Amino acid sequence: MSVDHATVRRIAHLARIAVTDDEVPHLAGELNALLSFVAELDQVDVAGIEPMTSVIPMKMHMRADVVTDQAGADAIVANAPVREEHFFVVPKVVE
Amino acid sequence: MNAPAAAQTRQSKLIKGATGDWEIVVGMEIHAQVNSEAKLFSGASTQFGASENEHVSLVDAAMPGMLPVINEECVKQAVRSGLGLKARINRRSVFDRKNYFYPDLPQGYQISQYKSPIVGEGEVLVDVSPTEQVRIGIERLHLEQDAGKSVHDQSPNMSLVDLNRAGVALMEIVSKPDIRSADEARAYVSKVRTILRYLGTCDGDMEKGNLRADVNVSVRRPGEPLGTRCEIKNVNSIRFIGQAVDAEARRQIAIIEDGGKIDQETRLFDPARGETRSMRSKEEAHDYRYFPDPDLLPLEFDQAFVDALAAGLPELPDAKVARFMSAYGLQAYDANVLASERESADYFEAVARGRDAKAAANWVINELFGRLNKEGIDITASPVSAEQLGAILDLIDASTISGKIAKDLFEIVWKDGGDPHAIVEARGMKQVTDTGAIEAVIDAIVAANPDKVAQAQAKPTMLGWFVGQAMKQSGGKANPQTVNEILKRKLGL
Amino acid sequence: MTSLTDLTLAHARDLLLAKDISATELTEAHVEAVEKARALNAFVAETPDKALAMAKAADGRLANGTAGPLEGIPLGIKDLYATEGVHTQAASHILDGFKPRYESTVTSQLWRDGAVMLGKLNMDEFAMGSSNETSFYGPVASPWLPPEWTREKGRSALAGDKQGLLVPGGSSGGSASAVAARLCLGATASDTGGSIRQPAAFTGTVGIKPTYGRCSRWGMVAFASSLDQAGPIARSVRDCAILMRSMAGYDPKDTTSVDVAVPDYEAAIGASVRGKRIGIPKEYRIDGMPAEIEELWTKGIAWLRDAGAEIVEISLPHTRYALPAYYIVAPAEASSNLARYDGVRYGLRVPGKDIASMYENTRAAGFGKEVRRRVMIGTYVLSAGYYDAYYVRAQQIRTLIKRDFETVFADGIDAILTPATPSAAFGIGEKTSADPIEMYLNDVFTVTVNMAGLPGIAVPGGLSPKGLPLALQLIGKPFEEETLFSLGEVIEQAAGRIKLPEPWWA
Repeated sequence: MSVDHATVRRIAHLARIAVTDDEVPHLAGELNALLSFVAELDQVDVAGIEPMTSVIPMKMHMRADVVTDQAGADAIVANAPVREEHFFVVPKVVE
Repeated sequence: MNAPAAAQTRQSKLIKGATGDWEIVVGMEIHAQVNSEAKLFSGASTQFGASENEHVSLVDAAMPGMLPVINEECVKQAVRSGLGLKARINRRSVFDRKNYFYPDLPQGYQISQYKSPIVGEGEVLVDVSPTEQVRIGIERLHLEQDAGKSVHDQSPNMSLVDLNRAGVALMEIVSKPDIRSADEARAYVSKVRTILRYLGTCDGDMEKGNLRADVNVSVRRPGEPLGTRCEIKNVNSIRFIGQAVDAEARRQIAIIEDGGKIDQETRLFDPARGETRSMRSKEEAHDYRYFPDPDLLPLEFDQAFVDALAAGLPELPDAKVARFMSAYGLQAYDANVLASERESADYFEAVARGRDAKAAANWVINELFGRLNKEGIDITASPVSAEQLGAILDLIDASTISGKIAKDLFEIVWKDGGDPHAIVEARGMKQVTDTGAIEAVIDAIVAANPDKVAQAQAKPTMLGWFVGQAMKQSGGKANPQTVNEILKRKLGL
Repeated sequence: MTSLTDLTLAHARDLLLAKDISATELTEAHVEAVEKARALNAFVAETPDKALAMAKAADGRLANGTAGPLEGIPLGIKDLYATEGVHTQAASHILDGFKPRYESTVTSQLWRDGAVMLGKLNMDEFAMGSSNETSFYGPVASPWLPPEWTREKGRSALAGDKQGLLVPGGSSGGSASAVAARLCLGATASDTGGSIRQPAAFTGTVGIKPTYGRCSRWGMVAFASSLDQAGPIARSVRDCAILMRSMAGYDPKDTTSVDVAVPDYEAAIGASVRGKRIGIPKEYRIDGMPAEIEELWTKGIAWLRDAGAEIVEISLPHTRYALPAYYIVAPAEASSNLARYDGVRYGLRVPGKDIASMYENTRAAGFGKEVRRRVMIGTYVLSAGYYDAYYVRAQQIRTLIKRDFETVFADGIDAILTPATPSAAFGIGEKTSADPIEMYLNDVFTVTVNMAGLPGIAVPGGLSPKGLPLALQLIGKPFEEETLFSLGEVIEQAAGRIKLPEPWWA
């Protein structure tokens, strides 16, 4: 499997990372190098092997249905780069 | 499960196009907000109507290093819902991350269940009309987080984000493509809503968006494979669901009959225009990159957990209808009307207990529901209690009042409240059964109207005129049966 | 008496309890050392006022007999841990100005036990790196001078671009450098693929990555959730044991933390290791392993044998697949964990013509090169059509790796001895221009432990012929950190405490 330039752009957009035209060939090279590094895994016979979901097997702890940790709107928006009253503000989202 | 019966073509549901018959095929994804105090993975409140970002925890706001911990009650609600949908409960399920960027999705992913949902296949019996019942298969039910809300109308080039809803638990209930008409679609959503409300797992409030549906519509020629479907997003009323199915089916048929083909896409229903429109402008090639959420473990519980929840379930609508029919001798239609809400069923039973159940059903459906609907009042806020209505029925049954007077009495109780027995006493509404008094009234009428007497003797249907006069003069309190008997005797009929 | 900053944590604790020294004077000495060592770039934020206030409070508790187990001990905190009201950026530009309104579970337990915070420690951005060169705040220098370097040469490099000075390892490079330079008595660190053990190995310090789930991850900026684990770096095995007791523990706010009682780890120091069966995995004898590493390992085997342990050759057949599988699993999780850095709720925002370009500009400017690379690869391996071939397969291989360990433990092996790193520390700038995979190979011996969720400790085993620290790694069974402390102490005693470099930087 080889990553072409169109794929680099598609992946960059999926990851929401702007890439310049100059960066694309370089990134493609790096991704391909990594993919050939991991290609070794194709040799392993994984038939019937369960993929790992939790490395320490245990039962999931559950919380009680109680309101315990509201931070308050002040704390929630305290670090926001742009805010209005207690709203976060973003460039217009078109529905 | 026994979905095949439903998957078949139902001849009566076919619709006529310009070039022949078409079959509508609908599958639905219902998003139902789970009834719980706190959110699915945080301890913030689910309450509606708080000011912006007030019901938000650090977890909901996806602060760095925050971790989800699942709310046990939401798990229980999902299991209860699964049981109510007669579905398989999966004792092991997995939470996945659905990755996409959106300002109302703080984590950059929604925690959902993709490959291993908590509830598997089930089915719902849906009454489409008094005479038609269909079986709609359930594909799955899974738990997921709701998103926050973006407000777009405050500024020309900015949107405001409020995360109060972010992280609230939703159940996504996916049906099989078993629905064949707009009526069935409406009846299906309505039935699922009823079941969830019975279970107390979702309040079903569609105005608040606590229950909404994505409707997948396709059309095909009877017997042919499924056509290309379009998904109509976020339809938030039962009426609109029906309209959306019809509008979308008509649109698709017109395209195909014109030689075109359907593009698989996401659409929105515009209730003002009664049509669906494409959302393609904003749509991108979605690639959600689902993978198991490494912050959570698989959700596992034993059969005892399920059994305990099953034991605590209330009687569900289907069982209630069946019992109303067998125990009270009601017709299916009446039984269904009464059982449509748990509260109305309870009301009916309180009235019917120890009384004539059919009369109780008539009064509850015709008088009470009629009046409640007219005034837009919920059964739980009914001005006439089950106890009061029961007392009115008792007065009729004891011939203390006539049916007509009973309606007046109902009005009085509705407006002023009070004990119906005491009202009847105080206002002198008792029916007159004293034959002497009635005879005196009738004698007077007969004496005053010799011409009518002659007419009645020639044409017995004239009797009604005398009955009317007698009732009028007794202020409606004379027992109509007694009046009838005495009149017949006096006139020699 | 040695200088206050040269004390081990255990010794300082004993002196504090005996009231031979005060927390305030101990803290002042460290605050001064931190100031003088700014050129090393180990700290990204210093909190001297906070430190002195905490020390004063500690002195109060020491005086009234309510001292906690870490009372008055000055520590450095990796910038990965949320510290309330204090710089918390995981050494990333994208978290510019972020000051959390919350405290991580691990650090709050340290403060509960009386410890004093000196400041936040530099690290590789989002813990992605093995040399501390990916930090937005620039590289950290190791206090170890490169072989043959004079202190003057070192000081001039430190004043310049640091090229040629040694890396402290990463990602917990600030932690390792600060501990080795005696800027703090111990430090918090974190380990996703070797980020505690490799920097400890490079700087002649001790670092332990506990069993996955032993320490809470709540409030620790996530890199790869299924691999990340908090742990300490300190100057002795005993010091690590003391810190571990405070850092560990079940946290209901972290679903993956394990509800197992925390033992008194310090009690394991000095316990006999006679009869312990130590596995020597043949797969760790990799091609091209430097002779000095080979010799170190041989010495380690001899030390444990001399202490009465039984040495057993074992096989962990899937070892070679651990690193490639790690470079699928970790970036995949990271690509999703780092999606929250979007310029909306905190940190950097770079405007754009619409929402998508705001996201793209913010993330392009806010993430450094290595982070961007890993987010890209992670996005790729999870994307439609590749998920099964990469991610699922890597997680299946993870099952096989874990099974390898389970098999040898079931056969009676108590712990496994390996080298900690394939080489001694390298120079700043030496591996950054090259192929990133060369850098990734640093973790070849440590990454298996994360993949299997096991505890692992790096303990100095001596110096290379060129005079640089080298370390051995001990891998234990889940939740048997005590065995690692007992065995680690044996190695530490046998190897002799490494003499840390004199402060040429100050």
